Formats: sequence, structure tokens, C-alpha cells
Amino acid sequence: MTAIQTENKAMDKVKLRSTLTALGMLPVLVILALGFHFLSGRFLSVNNLSIVMQQASINTVLAAGMTFVILTGGIDLSVGSILAASAMVGVIVSLYPEIGMLGVPAAIGVGLLCGMANGVIIAYLKLPPFIVTLGSLTAIRGIARLLGGDTTVFNPDLPFDFIGNGTLFGIPWLAIIALVTILVSWFILKRTVLGTWIYAVGGNLEAARLTGIKVPLVLLFVYAMSGLLSGLGGAMSAARLYAANGLQLGQAYELDAIAAVILGGTSFVGGVGSIWGTLIGALIIAVLSNGLILVGVSDIWQYIIKGLVIIVAVGLDRYRLKGLSRT
Amino acid sequence: MMAEQAARATGTPVLEMRNISKSFGTIRALSNVSLTVRTGEVHALMGENGAGKSTLMKVLSGAYTADPGGEVLIDGKSVVTGDPIKAKANGIAVIYQELSLAPNLTVGQNMFLGNEPSRFGVLDRSATRKQAEPILKRLGLNFDADQMVSNLSLGERQMVEIARALTTKARIIVMDEPTTSLTTRETDRLFEVIASLKGQGIAIIYISHRMEEVYQLADRVSVLRDSGYVGTLERSEVSAPKLVSMMVGRDLSSFYKKEHHAPAGAQRTVLSVRGIGDGQRVHDCSFDVHAGEVLGIAGLVGSGRTELARLIFGADAKTTGSVVLDGRELSITSPRQAMDAGIVYLTEDRKALGLFLDMSISENINVAVIGSDARSGGILDFGKARRRADKAVLDLSIRTRSTGINVGALSGGNQQKALIARLLETRPRVIILDEPTRGVDVGAKSEIYRIIDELAREGIAIIVISSDLPEIIGIADRALVMREGRIAGEVKAAPGTPIAQEAIMTLSTGAVGCSAQEA
Repeated sequence: MTAIQTENKAMDKVKLRSTLTALGMLPVLVILALGFHFLSGRFLSVNNLSIVMQQASINTVLAAGMTFVILTGGIDLSVGSILAASAMVGVIVSLYPEIGMLGVPAAIGVGLLCGMANGVIIAYLKLPPFIVTLGSLTAIRGIARLLGGDTTVFNPDLPFDFIGNGTLFGIPWLAIIALVTILVSWFILKRTVLGTWIYAVGGNLEAARLTGIKVPLVLLFVYAMSGLLSGLGGAMSAARLYAANGLQLGQAYELDAIAAVILGGTSFVGGVGSIWGTLIGALIIAVLSNGLILVGVSDIWQYIIKGLVIIVAVGLDRYRLKGLSRT
Repeated sequence: MMAEQAARATGTPVLEMRNISKSFGTIRALSNVSLTVRTGEVHALMGENGAGKSTLMKVLSGAYTADPGGEVLIDGKSVVTGDPIKAKANGIAVIYQELSLAPNLTVGQNMFLGNEPSRFGVLDRSATRKQAEPILKRLGLNFDADQMVSNLSLGERQMVEIARALTTKARIIVMDEPTTSLTTRETDRLFEVIASLKGQGIAIIYISHRMEEVYQLADRVSVLRDSGYVGTLERSEVSAPKLVSMMVGRDLSSFYKKEHHAPAGAQRTVLSVRGIGDGQRVHDCSFDVHAGEVLGIAGLVGSGRTELARLIFGADAKTTGSVVLDGRELSITSPRQAMDAGIVYLTEDRKALGLFLDMSISENINVAVIGSDARSGGILDFGKARRRADKAVLDLSIRTRSTGINVGALSGGNQQKALIARLLETRPRVIILDEPTRGVDVGAKSEIYRIIDELAREGIAIIVISSDLPEIIGIADRALVMREGRIAGEVKAAPGTPIAQEAIMTLSTGAVGCSAQEA
């Protein structure tokens, strides 16, 4: 009798927990949006929201890849550098008029290769992800500079510029790509065998191995995915700017991507999290940047406020879930 | 001060534990245990795994508070339990199996860890050395206080632990299976040190499974069984048969289920293990398992049973030997290959190595087969998964309202059944169950026995590793006993007579010869 009662209680707790986790940071996003609208009077205009979506798009794509990685308990610090190298290759390829459109697949391919290099080292040589991707953060940044002879490459007639600046039915292509990325990620994570394996590896690596899951393959996949999405981010970035610069492009993007994933409620030790949370996390970061500019806060204070909001938001989240967590 | 201690008459009780009980929820880990230890004696504490030795010592060291009614007296004065700092101040020191030294610090720093000689918060290195050296000398050790612990052998580290105990002026030192990882020479050295501590009037409580050590060292032996106190023998009364019968003598519970009949005579061998070993903890193990048979593997904790299972399953790399399934030699290098071949393994540590606690019951049951169940493109077949989970919940009577809730919300027994379900979904030929009923309540236990019995009747070869002797006797047709990484012997159930508990105990403690006639 009591056993059933405690089990019911436990189940209710689990239910409540999963509901709260799913909701996650959505209230924070809503409050921020309303707050900025109230302060500036023009945050919630169609025009501004379109800008916010554009601003959020590249980080959303990177953060989606980062979600895969962090779900396995890893980290990918090299996404900003991969983005820069991919953008360089994308613009350079686009300069050949007959194959200009191939800039996009070229950028994505470069990202995929970089990600696979990370993945092979981490999965098969069993080196710690933090160290491997810290190394490739630096090395790939160097490659990105090398590609353009350490200059900025321009292409004012970029054949795929619609990606960066065009719209479809009034929605920016950048935002559409970001949303499609999220949908595809959601499908992989929740509807495929691979997705279940990713959660399993992050939740309990040793149990995953003993269950016959090919752990190295899963790790290779997540880093390859993160690299591929960084490459996509590179193409998006190049399309927006008509240019790429190996030194400046993508600097510190990995930090925004990680922040978005963590704001989205994904556990840093792996196994728990959702791609929708990541989307909300990326939107919060974009809303903050945009809103603070609208309100007229100086650049320096933007940094300080953004940093504090991330800490406070995650702190509140943990505090809220603490009472519900399993023992 | 040393002279004082030595002068104190040996034989006066320094420690009395009276009617100590300890419960965790509904589980009684200790009930009404009393123990008296005299100054300058080596008091051996024996009993099966789980008999309550460690719990009793944790009450002594202050890690646990005794239930009301129990009393601990030191020098005849009642002391508070449940306070490690007070216990230390009362002269109690415990040297644990898993050494608790910081290898990156020096011997001296380790000895005074948490109690560093310092001046205004600045470490006083020379004082550390000055205080440490006499103790090291007293123990006759040939390394100094500035040596890094990482440079020391396991035996030497144990000595540092003892030296640390002496810095706190310990008068009662508990040693929990101190020789398990020592070489013969290091063991001899330890025994010399124990003898010298004894001479200085220090009482030693010595927990061990090894008969020969107890013979050699102990002045008295106390035996615990099933969380209770059985008795104490003086040195002159100690004999292996007597100790073994004190450790095992109990009724077999009736809830074991064994209706399957291991076919005698023309047995079909399913799994043959030949000379398997890893060069470290498992050496040259060979045995066969037949279709429809339940083979028990008994032995003490640390005797290499789990390690043996992991070698067969490919979870760890073997250096010697081979595994033959249905007459075909397998080359297994990963659990995946073992599972594909039809061998599955249930881990002894379901939370750390088995379950995905953040996933649902259904996902946990299906995780090993979602790959083969999936539609093309690796897309999950939720319908199939739900049907599998629902059927497993019914077949194994896993008690839950839905298979969609987190597996972490289940009770231990139901979690275990979910894990067994995961293995069964792969349709195995050989199942290795490592401590299948650990941390499981009585009801779930008998259900797990029923499942094992049914599987045997279906012709699956089953290996059950267990520290619970009645369990082995209750469900196994045959038992191997492991000791120090080798198979020490085999005990069979003859028609009408079950496996002899004493025979297993004799083999696993190495008291061979003393009670062979009884087995």
C-alpha cells in the first residue's frame, strides 16, 4: 500500500520535473521580451523581431551542434574557428563564377572535415574533448588565416547572398535555416536510434558500452555534426557579410553557443537536455543583445548584464529544480 | 607515554560494544551485537560478506550512529556514537580496504592530514618531519617522511596508514582485510608491525576472510552472521571446521525456486571457457556451462568473479584463454560482439553500470535492440518498442503504472527486473548474472529466482555470481568457487542433497584440508 503510494508520489515528482524542464527558460524569454518592449516601446515590432531572429540564427545553428556534443558529456570549443575557416573557403570558392554556388557545400564540407578530425581524436584516441577542441580552436583559427593570406576576402556578387539577406514569405532565410536545423536535430535526437544512443552515452557511458552501444561511433557523430553545423554557420555568415576574415570572424562564438545550450537546460555532464531548450537559450541571448541596444545601454554594460543574466537564469533554474531532483 | 601504555595490564577491556543495532529503513544491518576487545590483543572479526562486520566497524568509527539501546564503552566509560571526530579523540583508528592516502603528497603530509603542524597557518615542515620520524622508526620503516606516497608500494602505503593512526595516539586500530592487496613479504612485514603494536598495548580488530591469517595472529575470534553476533572463540578453541560452521550455520530459506532439472549424463555444452585470464586478477580459469543449467560462482568479494565475467563478456581485454560457444571459438573484444554472439551480462552495480536513470523504463528495456528494431534510416519504431516494453513488464512482473516514466522512479527490485528484461530482449544463449538480487527486497528476490528457473527450463545456460551462499545453494545445479583469481574448486548438488555450504566456505577461505571430510 505504502509502496504504491510512494511510487505514485515519485511519479508525480518525475512528471512535474519533466514539465518544468520542458518549459525551462521560456518564461525568462517572455519576461525579457516584454521588459524590453516596455522600456523601449518598439521591441515587439515585426521589423525588430525579424532582426532578432536573424541575429539569433547563426548562434542557434552552432548551439544545435553544441547540444549534440554536450548531451554526450563533451564540449566543442572549436566551433568559432571552424566557422571562420568554412566561411573563408565558402567565399573563396564563390569567386569562381562557374561554380560559385558550390561555396555553400564547400563551407559545410570543410566544417564536417574539421568536426570529424575532432571526433576521431576524441573517440578513438580517447583524449579529453576539452583539450582536443581547445587545440583545434587555435589550430583551425590559424588555418582560417592561412586560407586568405591573412586578409579579408570579398565577393560583392556572392551567388548565395540570398541566404544572408533574402527572405521567403517575409521570413529571413537565416531564420528558416536555423529553424530547419532545430527540427532536423530534434528528429535525430528524439526519433532515431542514434539519438537514443547519444542520450545513453551521455547518461551513463560505461552502461552504454556494456549494452553494446558503439560509443566511439556516437562520439564521432556528435563532433562531426557540430563541425558540419559550424560549416553551415560559416556559409550563413559569409552570405550575410559578402566577405570573410580568418582572424576576426567567429571569435568567441563558442561561448555564446555553450551559453545557449546551458540556458536551455541541457546538463553539462550529459544525458539530459532538449534541442527546444537550446533554441530558447539562443533566443534569450539574441533578445538581450538586441534589447540592450534598443534601450541604449553601452557596449561595456551589455557584456556585464549578459554575463550576469546567464548566471542568474541558470542559478534560478537549478534552484527551482533542486527540490524535485531525484535522490 | 609508550611505557605507560605497555605497563597497562594487558587483558583489561579497552572497548566494549553492548547490544549494538543499526537499521536502514526497514533493513536491519546489525542486531544486538556485543563485542569486547582487550588491550594488547588481536581480535579477529569474521563472517560472510554482508554479515555486518563493516557496519559494526562503522558504528565504532563514528560513521554511523547506533540505534537507541546500544552502547559503546571505552575504558568502561560510555561514549557517543556517530561522531568520527570524537571517535578519533577516543583513540579509535580505522584502516580501510581502499587506502585513503593522497598519493601526490609526502608521507609526513599524509600522516598529519587535517591536523598539520603549523605556525600562524603556515605549514611547519620541520615540525612535521620531527613528529613523523619517530613514528616511522617505531614501525621499523625504511622510508622517510619526505618520500612521496606515489613512490611507495601498496604495502608501504598501508604502513603509512598505520603511522597516521599512531599520530592520533590510537589505542584501538581496526584493520579491514589489510592483506588483500599485499605481497607475501609485505604481509609478513605487516604481521611484525601488528605484533609490535600489540606489545605496546594497542588493541587491534582484524577483519579477514583468510583462515591462515586468523590462526597466525588472533588471540580471539568473534563471528557475525546475518547481522547478528554468533560467538567468540579463544585462541585455543579455534579450528577451521568450528569457524566455518559458525559462519554458515543457518536455515535455508524456503523461497528459492528450483524446478528445472539440469540434464544429467548427456549434457549439451553451450559455453566453454578455456584458460581465460587477464594477467592480473584472473588466472587460468576453465569451465563449461550446459544448456538448461544454472551454474553458481561463489567466492569472497575480490576473488575475481566479476572480473572473470567481464573477460568472458568482452568488457575487459583478456590476455590468455578462449571462449567457445556451441563448439565455435569466439573472438570477442567488445560487449557488442558478445551480445551478437548470444552472451549477455547483468552488472552487479545496476546504477553505475547498468541503468540509464534519466531515461524511461521503455527506453531502458529497448536500448539494446532499438538498432535491429529500427525502420530503415535508423528511425525508431515506437510501436515495437512499446509492445516489447509492455510484454516485458507483464512477463517479469515489473510493477509500474506506465513504461514511459523514468526508470529511476522504480524500486530496486523492479529496476533489476527492467535490466534483466533488457538482456532477455536480445534472445541470449548464455546469461551471466552478477549479484542478481543485491539490494532487492524479498518479494522481488523470489520473483528473480522464478525468472532464472524459467530461463533454465527454456534451455538457456545461466551463470549466477553471488556472495549470498544460500542463494547459490538454492538455485544452482553446480557451483564453482573462486579464490584469489582462480577457480579453487567445484561443488555439485547430488540428487536429493543440495550443494554443501561448508564446502563452498572451505574452498573460498582456503581452509582446505581441515573440513574436507565434512564436505
